[in-house]
Amino acid sequence: MARTIIPFGPQHPVLPEPIHLDLVVEDEKVIEARPSIGFVHRGLEKLVEKKDFSAFVYVAERICGICSFIHGQTYCQGIEAIMDIPVPPRAQYLRTVWGELSRVHSHLLWLGLMADGMGFESLFMHSWRVRERVLNIIEATTGGRVIFGSCKIGGVRRDIVGDAIKDTMAALDIIERETREITQVFIGDNSVKKRLRGVGVLSRQEALDLGCVGPVLRASGVSQDMRQQGYAAYPQLDMQVITRTEGDSYARCAVRCDELFQSLGLIRQALVEMPAGEIEVKVTGFPNGEVIMRTEQPRGEVVYCIKANGTKNLQRFRVRTPTFANLPAMLKLLQGCDLADVPVLVLTIDPCISCTER
Amino acid sequence: MPYFQMTRLALKWALTKPPTTQYPFEPRRAIAGSRGELIFKRDNCAYCTLCAKRCPTGAIEVDRAQKRFTLDRLRCISCACCVENCPRDSLSLSTGHGTPSTTMESYFCDQGVKA
Repeated sequence: MARTIIPFGPQHPVLPEPIHLDLVVEDEKVIEARPSIGFVHRGLEKLVEKKDFSAFVYVAERICGICSFIHGQTYCQGIEAIMDIPVPPRAQYLRTVWGELSRVHSHLLWLGLMADGMGFESLFMHSWRVRERVLNIIEATTGGRVIFGSCKIGGVRRDIVGDAIKDTMAALDIIERETREITQVFIGDNSVKKRLRGVGVLSRQEALDLGCVGPVLRASGVSQDMRQQGYAAYPQLDMQVITRTEGDSYARCAVRCDELFQSLGLIRQALVEMPAGEIEVKVTGFPNGEVIMRTEQPRGEVVYCIKANGTKNLQRFRVRTPTFANLPAMLKLLQGCDLADVPVLVLTIDPCISCTER
Repeated sequence: MPYFQMTRLALKWALTKPPTTQYPFEPRRAIAGSRGELIFKRDNCAYCTLCAKRCPTGAIEVDRAQKRFTLDRLRCISCACCVENCPRDSLSLSTGHGTPSTTMESYFCDQGVKA
């Protein structure tokens, strides 16, 4: 059978973002996938030379439209570590709440895209309907729907008090109920199982060797979550890492479904246990030093490397995003798969190409 | 009953009210606390230029001599940095956005006259 190359993307009905794959196929089997990325490179890392270090948090937030808050938070944590700024405990709890809200809306978005990738359109629409409730909480508490703009160096810019906590709690109950209905379909429906079970199996050793992060790694049985290392308010909250051992597309989907409830629980815990007090400290001076900051985004671990030289502009700034770490695994999954499984396999790593290319 | 889970849900959802706002019959309800467009009150302004200095995108220009405040709405990201730093409460954020326009001039808020 002669080999054929089928171009896949950068514009494709199932792809939310532009990645191009040259699929080398023999009949219906994919032999090899050759990726090419770089369609949405914006040169954000270079911008540190122009933007003031305190204004750069707005740029950091715009690295990704889905995990925007955690990008801003990681950047702030990095600068706070360099400048040795003690962030007030209430601000740490608020960061945790918004970080987890961001995870919930990202996972619901992914579930919708996954359903769309499988051809399950009604499930796609209803996943996004639930996500809309999360966006409403985000808008009411931070002022923005996708770009939160509530994190700053030294703390946060808004507080959640009184009725806002009560409203958020009430909305979380509705979200949890509706999410449970939707995830029951993802976990229990036979047609979904048939589409995902045994598709794109990644063993524990392969996941470790390929340097996977986030739900992809946890679905292969590795218990690794950057939230365990204890940033923000996570050390004070009760959190168990969610893992699965199967390593297939179904396991990756199930890990994300379970993480939704974990995040909802963490938000509730944080809102209940949030201590009273200041939400920010005044920051004076310029950062001088170097730091590597790691946090857990919805897609996995993000690594920030920040180098400052005591001036208002940073000297060097570098981001390693979770999708970049998961791309080698995606190429491995695509080798030998059926052509019809390509959209599902590309989506199971939850690709965020704008993050990757910055 | 794993075969009919989605069917039951779809039936349930089909019988409930649509969750989306029925625009244009029903206008979008602004959420309190939402960061919308910047509102400038000329009477309060001392033209101290603090807002222009703190704006992360350089959307604000203030001419102290001519008492002129200019906002480039295409650059404004509604971050509220200017609002937080204004010592005289001359800046605030509304919860909504202005109506669409076909002229470029209306994107600039000049001298407090919001086109």
